[in-house]
Amino acid sequence: MSKELLQKVLERFPEAVEESHSLHGDETVRIKPERWLAVFSFLRDHLEFDHWIDLTAVDYLGREQGLPRYEVVVHLRRMKDGGRIRVKARLSEGGPAIDSLTSLYKGAAWMERECHEMYGIVFKGNADLRPLLLYPEFKGYPLRKDYPIDKRQPRIPLLGSEERRFPKPADETAHGHDPAFSREKKQ
Amino acid sequence: MGIEQRLQGFDFIATRAEFFINWARKWSLFQYPFVTACCGMEFMSTMCSHFDLARFGAEFPRFTPRQADFLVVVGTISHKQAPIIRRVYEQMCAPKWVIAFGVCACTGGFYDNYATVQGVDKVIPVDVYIPGCPPRPEMVFDGFMMLQDKIQKEKLDEHCAEKKYRLLP
Repeated sequence: MSKELLQKVLERFPEAVEESHSLHGDETVRIKPERWLAVFSFLRDHLEFDHWIDLTAVDYLGREQGLPRYEVVVHLRRMKDGGRIRVKARLSEGGPAIDSLTSLYKGAAWMERECHEMYGIVFKGNADLRPLLLYPEFKGYPLRKDYPIDKRQPRIPLLGSEERRFPKPADETAHGHDPAFSREKKQ
Repeated sequence: MGIEQRLQGFDFIATRAEFFINWARKWSLFQYPFVTACCGMEFMSTMCSHFDLARFGAEFPRFTPRQADFLVVVGTISHKQAPIIRRVYEQMCAPKWVIAFGVCACTGGFYDNYATVQGVDKVIPVDVYIPGCPPRPEMVFDGFMMLQDKIQKEKLDEHCAEKKYRLLP
């Protein structure tokens, strides 16, 4: 089933698929962000992917030169045989934006809202991108890797300071990775 | 085994007002459980008949802070909730006490991140801290008995003054 599935997507969108693999029933395609909506409407209407599972994003800060920083990941499933597919698209830094899938899957609306507040990715066509879990005063995108790890944004004045309880290592880099604890250094 | 037998024919007893009032307060605490997270399950077992907080005169949860004597903060407090819990605290009538139940309410626990208040004592004053993830009912009783001891030792003017409850702007 699995190879066939990828084959169908490849046949229909030879120009849009950048990469695909299939391993232990785990089908993945990475597509061009411009064809995002077209690929999903093919998956829904012709390959019967009727179950929306998840939408999220990954921030690859400090990736190799030339590769886009963000990746949006969607998981779909079809009810008739339980087949699943993972679709990804890469988005570059500086106003990452992609088409909204709310016209195809209603369940996408809140996941896109959450993804927007956490990663700052704009979903064009989603009318309601208000914060879902965070409060309206919150500035910035907390799950981006360059959001300071000890930054706090209290809504009311607090009774004591909210400093980090563990001292910050002197050579900690901006996105929270501490080279002092890396494997290479220990050896 | 009523109080009549204990008094053994005496018609009156003499005591200090402070002692007597504090004694009455510590054995009839109405609680307001502010349950936000998984510690709530352990709080339920503390309340129910296997362990039974009713033995300490605190079996009566009031679901409005205006009728409660002490606030039990059970679980993680996020920055989004901080104004809510401060408002709940401000609505309680004096005398009032606060117990931080579980390590998240005490210090933020392992949630050292953008979303979590690093201990509810950053928002409201806390009397007793009960750490643990979650604390065993025995620990809760220990903390509760500490609160009772604290109430017994209080001065009567302690709750009249604004000093204890005055919060930051």
